[in-house]
Amino acid sequence: MIETGALWTVIGLLGVGTFGLRFVFTGLIGDRAMPAWVLRHLRYTAVAVLPGLVAPLVVWPEATGGQMDAPRMMAAAVTLGVGVGTRNVVLSICLGAATLYGALYLLG
Amino acid sequence: MTTETTKSIFWQGVRDGAPFVLVIVPFALLFGVVATEAGLNLVETMAFSVLVIAGAAQFTAVELLSKDAPAVIALVSALAVNLRMAMYSASLTPHLGAAPLWQRALAAYLTVDQTYACSILKYQNRPDWTARQKLGYFLAVAVPIVPLWYAFTLVGALVGSAMPAGLALDFAVPITFLAMVGPMLHTRAHLAAAVVSVTAALVFAFLPYNLGLLLAAVLAMMTGARVEVIEARRAARGEGA
Repeated sequence: MIETGALWTVIGLLGVGTFGLRFVFTGLIGDRAMPAWVLRHLRYTAVAVLPGLVAPLVVWPEATGGQMDAPRMMAAAVTLGVGVGTRNVVLSICLGAATLYGALYLLG
Repeated sequence: MTTETTKSIFWQGVRDGAPFVLVIVPFALLFGVVATEAGLNLVETMAFSVLVIAGAAQFTAVELLSKDAPAVIALVSALAVNLRMAMYSASLTPHLGAAPLWQRALAAYLTVDQTYACSILKYQNRPDWTARQKLGYFLAVAVPIVPLWYAFTLVGALVGSAMPAGLALDFAVPITFLAMVGPMLHTRAHLAAAVVSVTAALVFAFLPYNLGLLLAAVLAMMTGARVEVIEARRAARGEGA
């Protein structure tokens, strides 16, 4: 059983701390100019975080107990490939999902 | 080019955020279920989802607390999972920095993986937008995402049953993110950053507290910036020859 005082401390501080992380740059820097080298690094934030966030989920899916899984690998490859080729996010999601369900049906 | 109205930008944002309903609904349901099973009451469970709105960190905190970890450990671990939010904040600053403080605070509260990824992809394609237009788009993307996060946490806490496993909804997160990463890979520098991100995230996956991802992100950002400089130099030499 979780102790109520500790729980509310964690909820409160985690809420404040997470907001702080989200606000630290947009809030404090605002529209002050940043050096070119900083901006150059920031241009790659999205492609630096999101692929790394997804990679373990693709290679070691929780649903299979961490075993590599052909339908999930194929779905990931199709989604990414369609995204690169067409730049169409919704089409990539649809074809990726179709690949996943198709392969799960055929191979699963 | 036609001037875009606030209204049309709003609807673009709502439409672009809509596919994430597939991710948010099962994830929020699951949090409601897990938190209730860990002994949290309705108010405590909802307080988590409203004050923190960060799925992975919420799961981390509840899991550690339910295993009798000290509150400090639960807090620090969950904050470490959320450190990437500071990277998102930095990355959004050149786009949203000129907006009024209260609007930046609102955007900060609504900064989650989905709103960030969706908006930054749009900003890459629309450098002509003003800070006001960019902020309007950001808030609009959150409209189909954040209220559902609250609502389905509540449903999960009340109903207490998880989604059927046969739907393979675990894979909604990878598919929606990969669909957004694809269109971002339009230069060699972006591509190199993404490759380093994936490789390093897998190599450093053994590190605790999500630190592997942070390390991978830093290495990938350095790679992207470095390749950009090399490419620019090469282009300059090409023109001079």
